[in-house]
Amino acid sequence: MKTTTAGQAPAPARHRASLAVLGTYLGLAAALLILIVLFSCLSSHFWSYSTFSTIANQIPDLMVLAVGMTFVLIIGGIDLSVGSVLALAASALSVAILSWGWGPLPAGLLGLACAALAGTVTGSITVAWRIPSFIVSLGVLEMARGAAYQLTGSRTAYIGDAYAWLADPLLWGISPAFLIALAVTVLAQLVLTRSVFGRQLIGIGTNEEAVRLAGIDPRPSKVLVFTVMGLLAGVAALFQLSRLEAADPNAGAGLELQVIAAVVIGGTSLMGGRGSVVSTFFGVLIISVLAAGLAQVGANEPTKRIITGAVIVIAVVLDTYRTRRARGRG
Amino acid sequence: MAAPLESPVLALDGVGKTYSQPVLAGVHLELHRGEVLALTGENGAGKSTLSRIIAGLEPPSVGNMHFLGQPWAPASRRAAEAAGVRMVLQELNLLPTLSIAENLFLERLPQRLGWVNRRRLREQARDAMARVGLEQLDPDTPVAHLGIGHQQMVEIARNLIGDCRVLILDEPTAMLTGHEVQRLFAQVQRLRAEGVALVYISHRLEELAQLAQRVAVLRDGKLVSVQSMALASEAQLVKLMAGRELGERIDLGERRIGAPLLRVEGLCRGQKVRDVSFEVRAGELFGISGLIGAGRTELLRLMFGADRADAGRVSLGSPPQPVRLRSPREAVRNGLALISEDRKGEGLLLTQSIAVNIALGNFAELSRAGWMNNAREQALAQRQIAAMRIRCAGPAQMVGELSGGNQQKVVIGRWLERQCQVLLFDEPTRGIDVGAKFDIYGLLGQLARQGKALVIVSSDLRELMLVCDRIGVMSNGRLSGIFDRDHWSQDALLDAALAGYRTKETA
Repeated sequence: MKTTTAGQAPAPARHRASLAVLGTYLGLAAALLILIVLFSCLSSHFWSYSTFSTIANQIPDLMVLAVGMTFVLIIGGIDLSVGSVLALAASALSVAILSWGWGPLPAGLLGLACAALAGTVTGSITVAWRIPSFIVSLGVLEMARGAAYQLTGSRTAYIGDAYAWLADPLLWGISPAFLIALAVTVLAQLVLTRSVFGRQLIGIGTNEEAVRLAGIDPRPSKVLVFTVMGLLAGVAALFQLSRLEAADPNAGAGLELQVIAAVVIGGTSLMGGRGSVVSTFFGVLIISVLAAGLAQVGANEPTKRIITGAVIVIAVVLDTYRTRRARGRG
Repeated sequence: MAAPLESPVLALDGVGKTYSQPVLAGVHLELHRGEVLALTGENGAGKSTLSRIIAGLEPPSVGNMHFLGQPWAPASRRAAEAAGVRMVLQELNLLPTLSIAENLFLERLPQRLGWVNRRRLREQARDAMARVGLEQLDPDTPVAHLGIGHQQMVEIARNLIGDCRVLILDEPTAMLTGHEVQRLFAQVQRLRAEGVALVYISHRLEELAQLAQRVAVLRDGKLVSVQSMALASEAQLVKLMAGRELGERIDLGERRIGAPLLRVEGLCRGQKVRDVSFEVRAGELFGISGLIGAGRTELLRLMFGADRADAGRVSLGSPPQPVRLRSPREAVRNGLALISEDRKGEGLLLTQSIAVNIALGNFAELSRAGWMNNAREQALAQRQIAAMRIRCAGPAQMVGELSGGNQQKVVIGRWLERQCQVLLFDEPTRGIDVGAKFDIYGLLGQLARQGKALVIVSSDLRELMLVCDRIGVMSNGRLSGIFDRDHWSQDALLDAALAGYRTKETA
């Protein structure tokens, strides 16, 4: 009798945890479905190839950024500089191609390196002086934007179709960029749930002092998260260049809000310690469908911003309920 | 009418408080106008609980109180303050960036049409400051610029604003220097002369002799004595605080005490830890006793590299070799483990599962090339749940849902799989019910049998006497004595715990 209970007890608990996760995914999928149905009813053009190619085009940029941001939020940080870092990467790359005559590959790597460096700077300063990443990344936002203007002479620089292959559909409108974003998503989810690094991040976000006293130095992991965030901003820059064929120093202005919105809508906690890349994926879809749908029904830019803002606020309010429920059980 | 016949300001009749266990029971006590009643007792004897009940911070579970002849049941601290019953807590409650005047009158700023009347605020603040002898300070000084002694006086001044009939001071001299202490005493005498009834909580017996007319001793939540201070001797008070001797010890099984595994030499950090040296052998349980704030937790954190030491050396191994411990990571690598006093704040990931919590820090054994092996992680959790008898639904249950005792077992379980040779336990049984306490003692014995060296900090003297081979006593940052089983008694241990504060008094 005793052995039976001991053997059976873990099963329902594990079941319950995975059911909760499944519930979150189903909730997000339902929200997405409701949006799609709503816009289909409001606009006869919503179910069209152009709508979906617009969404499919947007997703890779937003997705890779949102993956990075999910990690940043999980450790209880935030990175406001991603839009500017994206512009910085694109600008550095354009200078390499146009002024120095570099090929697309080394220039691309340079762009990625610049972006990763910017992230490392944010992370290192945050960790070394124990400053909130909010304020550090705000400073880096301004510096990266300024550097982008400096490099391009404040002009849009045309670099041609060197990266266009990233955006060209391979099959059913699916581009290599989309596949890369998908691969990043899958890998990130695996890292988060299955790797030692992922465990450390969740631990740091939940209780950094407990992690430290367990004999783990949390600082390298924290810096690495910001480095990865920067690197992914560089990847997003390549995706954008592949479509626009030009490096715009104004690129990505205000993008950080969309990215954070997508992550938060997905249910990653702003308080740290809880989050999922899969949920973020749903968040990105919801934000993209919302933007495309609002455009379709003829909402003007101000209206779009009002509605998107409201959705973010609602998502954060829902998050506090979830957090409270999780703590309340404890 | 003659003064002694005057009815008491405050009368307690059978007051008790029960949380999961009774912490205070059947307290009868009267407090008179113009007296200082000293309240003393060991850690956890119920001093703070009693004063919190009087000051409206918590309601009593049983019993009645009367204040000025009327039934007294304050709904909140605010209600008690409005009636004139006030308490100065050990932790200061001031806003450091605001001025003295603003802190004093925060809840009743003089105003006109919503604007603070600065001139009147300053005048009122000067009056209030004069009452506690702070007239030489500028009321506009930010509180952060004041020394801790002055801050304490500001806190007291704040409690004297308005009607103050009863004032409770909880360990007011804990952070003060000799000079500041004398100034505080002068003000206490002055308040007494004004007719305020004071309750003065302290374990510094000499202070009590200087100030108080009567002394009340609490032990295990019961009032064991109320007597005239003039007739009480220090030795007698110590005896009353400690109670009977408990010579028993718990059976920890067959074990062998071997060679030294840990040596601490001259460890210092500021005023908190001063020149502490001791040695612990394999298989030995070394207790560290002392009053709250004596520097015990700070000592463990220094040994573990969680804080940086000013001076001193820690040696580990057999024979002990000096090691540099600049971070917990290095400490863990050298075979140290710390089970923190604050398990929720520093030990656990409350919103995560038992398996995740036990795995924390055991990643090397549970992963390959950076990827977690889930099967091994589950197996480890299952093994620890079974070995430590953690009562839970399974490894996936959230730690926050467990009882205190089971949470503590999760924290300990994290370290058992490692090659740690020296384990530092800070208050391992705090907030744990009796049954789980004995589980933890059993675990300590098991670790000792494996030849590990254990250091156990506890505020429960009886607990240390039950499980330890030797007990070191910390007092005011210093190790004031090390006792072994043949030479300790509660009186002697308590005496050593008070020793460091005595010298400070005369200084």
